[in-house]
Amino acid sequence: MTRSAEAVLGAEEDVRRPLEPIEVEEGASLWGDAWHRLKRNRLALFSLFTFIAIVLFCVVGPYFSSWDGEQQDLIRGASAPSADHWFGTDTLGRDLMVRTMEGGRISLLVGLVATIVALLIGVVYGATAGYVGGRVDAAMMRFVDILYALPFTIFVILLMVAFGRSLWLMFVAIGCVEWLSMARIVRSGVIALRRQEFIEAAVSLGYSHRRIIFRHLIPNVIGPVIVIATLTVPAVMLLEAFLSFLGLGVQPPNASWGVLINEGQQNMEIFPWLLIFPAFFFALTLFSLNFLGDGLRDALDPKSARD
Amino acid sequence: MALLEVRDLSTSFYMRGGVVRAVDNVSIELDRGETLGIVGESGSGKSVTCYSILRLIQEPGRIDGGSVMFDGEDLLKVSRSRIRDIRGKRISMIFQDPMTSLNPFLRVSTQMVEALKLHTDIDHKAALHKSIACLEEVGIADAAKRIHGYPHEFSGGMRQRVMIATALIMEPDLLIADEPTTALDVTIQAQILDLIKRQQEQLGTAVILVTHDLGVVAGTCDRVNVMYAGRVVESGTTDQIFYEAKHPYTQALQKAIPSLHTKGDLLYTVPGMPPDMAKPIQGCAFYPRCPYPKLGEPDGPPPELVELGDGHCVQDCQYCDRSKPIEEVLSKDVPEAVE
Amino acid sequence: MLKFIAKRFAQGVLVLLAIYALTFFLVAMTPGSPFSGERAIRPEILAQIEAHYGYDRPFFERFWTSLSNAVRGEFGPSAVYANRSVTEIISESFPVSLKLGSLSLLLALLIGIPTGVIAAVKRNTLLDYVPMSTAMVGICLPTFVMGPLLALVFGLMLNLLPVSGWYGPRYMVLPAATLGLYYAAYFARLTRGGMLEMLNQDFVRTARAKGVPESTIVWKHCLKGGLIPAITFLGPALAGIISGSFVVETIFQIPGLGQWFVRGALNRDDFLILGLTVLFAALIVVMNLLADIAHVLLNPRLKYE
Repeated sequence: MTRSAEAVLGAEEDVRRPLEPIEVEEGASLWGDAWHRLKRNRLALFSLFTFIAIVLFCVVGPYFSSWDGEQQDLIRGASAPSADHWFGTDTLGRDLMVRTMEGGRISLLVGLVATIVALLIGVVYGATAGYVGGRVDAAMMRFVDILYALPFTIFVILLMVAFGRSLWLMFVAIGCVEWLSMARIVRSGVIALRRQEFIEAAVSLGYSHRRIIFRHLIPNVIGPVIVIATLTVPAVMLLEAFLSFLGLGVQPPNASWGVLINEGQQNMEIFPWLLIFPAFFFALTLFSLNFLGDGLRDALDPKSARD
Repeated sequence: MALLEVRDLSTSFYMRGGVVRAVDNVSIELDRGETLGIVGESGSGKSVTCYSILRLIQEPGRIDGGSVMFDGEDLLKVSRSRIRDIRGKRISMIFQDPMTSLNPFLRVSTQMVEALKLHTDIDHKAALHKSIACLEEVGIADAAKRIHGYPHEFSGGMRQRVMIATALIMEPDLLIADEPTTALDVTIQAQILDLIKRQQEQLGTAVILVTHDLGVVAGTCDRVNVMYAGRVVESGTTDQIFYEAKHPYTQALQKAIPSLHTKGDLLYTVPGMPPDMAKPIQGCAFYPRCPYPKLGEPDGPPPELVELGDGHCVQDCQYCDRSKPIEEVLSKDVPEAVE
Repeated sequence: MLKFIAKRFAQGVLVLLAIYALTFFLVAMTPGSPFSGERAIRPEILAQIEAHYGYDRPFFERFWTSLSNAVRGEFGPSAVYANRSVTEIISESFPVSLKLGSLSLLLALLIGIPTGVIAAVKRNTLLDYVPMSTAMVGICLPTFVMGPLLALVFGLMLNLLPVSGWYGPRYMVLPAATLGLYYAAYFARLTRGGMLEMLNQDFVRTARAKGVPESTIVWKHCLKGGLIPAITFLGPALAGIISGSFVVETIFQIPGLGQWFVRGALNRDDFLILGLTVLFAALIVVMNLLADIAHVLLNPRLKYE
């Protein structure tokens, strides 16, 4: 007992000492940290570059080719790859390489726009449900659960049949299918964040709701949203290809990769290159986007230790 | 012969950012029936030491060297099946968070009976009876019914009791308790510590109690090891550690405990931060924060443990001058901060 | 538990009703009727035909009639395929699709789940990289690419399996593989993720400290939790298999329901569309119910819903 009193008296002197300068380590921000982790994931980086390369190929490529996607050469018909036509030609004599590039433009566009549609609906819906909470949240998620159980593909088909085959309708229809997962993820992200102590800390420090939402909630939800957006694009492209197979896709003379693959599949035994080239680019795009999404997911989640 | 003799145990984690030497030449001695406390702040290596004793270290961690002599056998060298045999039967371990340490998908009865069936030839019914008896021992009411429930149906304190029951059901020679009360309310803490003590007296089990709370140590342990940055800086009986602390870190820990007599606005804190374990530590790990006057750069070997007599060991540091008592040192003018 | 099932069942019925209404609405909103697209018919005759099928009645009356008939199992005649009722078509083709679908799903589960478990346990080794990369390739190739490729390799080049028709068990292999392998890839990835999460949990450390051998930890302690992501995917997987069947049946010339659905949609065969949509939806709803039950069985914390 005496000992502790003495120790305490000694402490009295200490408490008036100024704190010594501490060597401060530079804290890593979440984004810097994530970017760092992503850079180390060589597969994800490779996928990113591959994807960018493909996009450039499709968008800029046609300007470098002497052929036009609509130029038909009925006498020539389908011909194997040659010096003139690097990818060969299709049954109507059109240069396959340019067709592939232009098809890519459309497929990528569908992927991007439909994902944005899904994003807009999903993020708003999910964030609202998560932030508001309570019965409203429960009702909103019930609705999502029910929709999740619906065979949406069937509806997309019906929609396309009912309202004609416009590109814009396809964007909306596909977007309507994919927003569900987005909403779920955003909602759970918002809920998890709402309960985090740092939100309580911010509130107790007197931050306004707006500041909390913009500087704390949104930056933390963006991560998972980016991941799922990156993974939604390939799903959308698959869905578009599927619709094309059924004949519900883009109309000729425009073509998407789905249309090209369908044509290729029909002539697979005699003119295999018609299937190989578009299928290769299609699969490669999906591949890189999926690996990139995986990489992003691992980079942004500090707890998922891959090693 | 001591029940447990750990000599120069070293465990490191091989991460992409560097190698973290979590346990650096740690030695421990424990007799049958004794209670040893291991004290230190987060990151000091106390938990990893315990995992290393039972060889529970997984990639990217690796036990680099040393020996763990348990009743004559070196646990680091025995076969995998032998160590599995020892785990749960002769050495048991309980963990910090009972919420996550019990499998939420399996019934408590399953998890307890499993321990029995692994190590003995008992049949299911007998195992169940024994488990129920054990639960009653640790104070779970209506054990026969509750044992068939799932972990989430128990409260925090009760879950920890279940863990203790499961750990002690085979009546092990050694119980390692890794911060068993940290995740619990203060009132429950006392109950759990009491329970461990009672079981220990009944069964004659030796206990290693890991904690960052000096208060817990004072009430329960015979001997104490103080760890800092992966090394043992001081060890001795509880009285020696509390009343004759020689290492500045041990002394600082005690100073930091507020008491009803504390005057002033600021609590004493040890200035500085614990070292970055990813960087190799030169010389004395505590050097940057040590209040003793410095004698030179810490560029040599780490300080060795030196026996002061009666089993009281301290790191003998050649980088600072400990001739004066610490109160004198601290009451002087503010020592220069280390660059 | 029974209450839970009853509740979900009731919800399922509501969902079916909603789907029926939605489909009916979509179909009805499309201008014209099944008969207006065909060869040029004199307007009076067209009007007569449409009246016969009730197209001149107000919307809600048509809906009600249609619904009450549907509940009794009468979906009406196929508007485009004269002399055949929808119910006839369904009863003929459903068994085929059922076999194809169940075989595909079974294949997906039997290949996917063990692969995922092994990949998780042998993480970061070849047994992890190789199957998972293969799975990734599988996910990136749509059914209508995979199907022809498999047909090309195994059917035409190696001559091991037949590529069209539906005359016996050998005919089922390629189509079921095309559909099933795609979803096997998904199940493998999901199971791997689920198992990895389980293996990183604290209770695994506790089990090891008790002396539990690694294999027991994997199969007894971790599997239940690890299967949960896969179980949640059962519903969407079946939905995917159904839509995938549209493609596969076309490629491999299988007389199943998928082809009928597509033809019906493209040819404006309203009754056929409605009937088939309800059937597919019912299947998916049942599968979701089964998946929900399995989920509750696996995760004891959910029993208190």
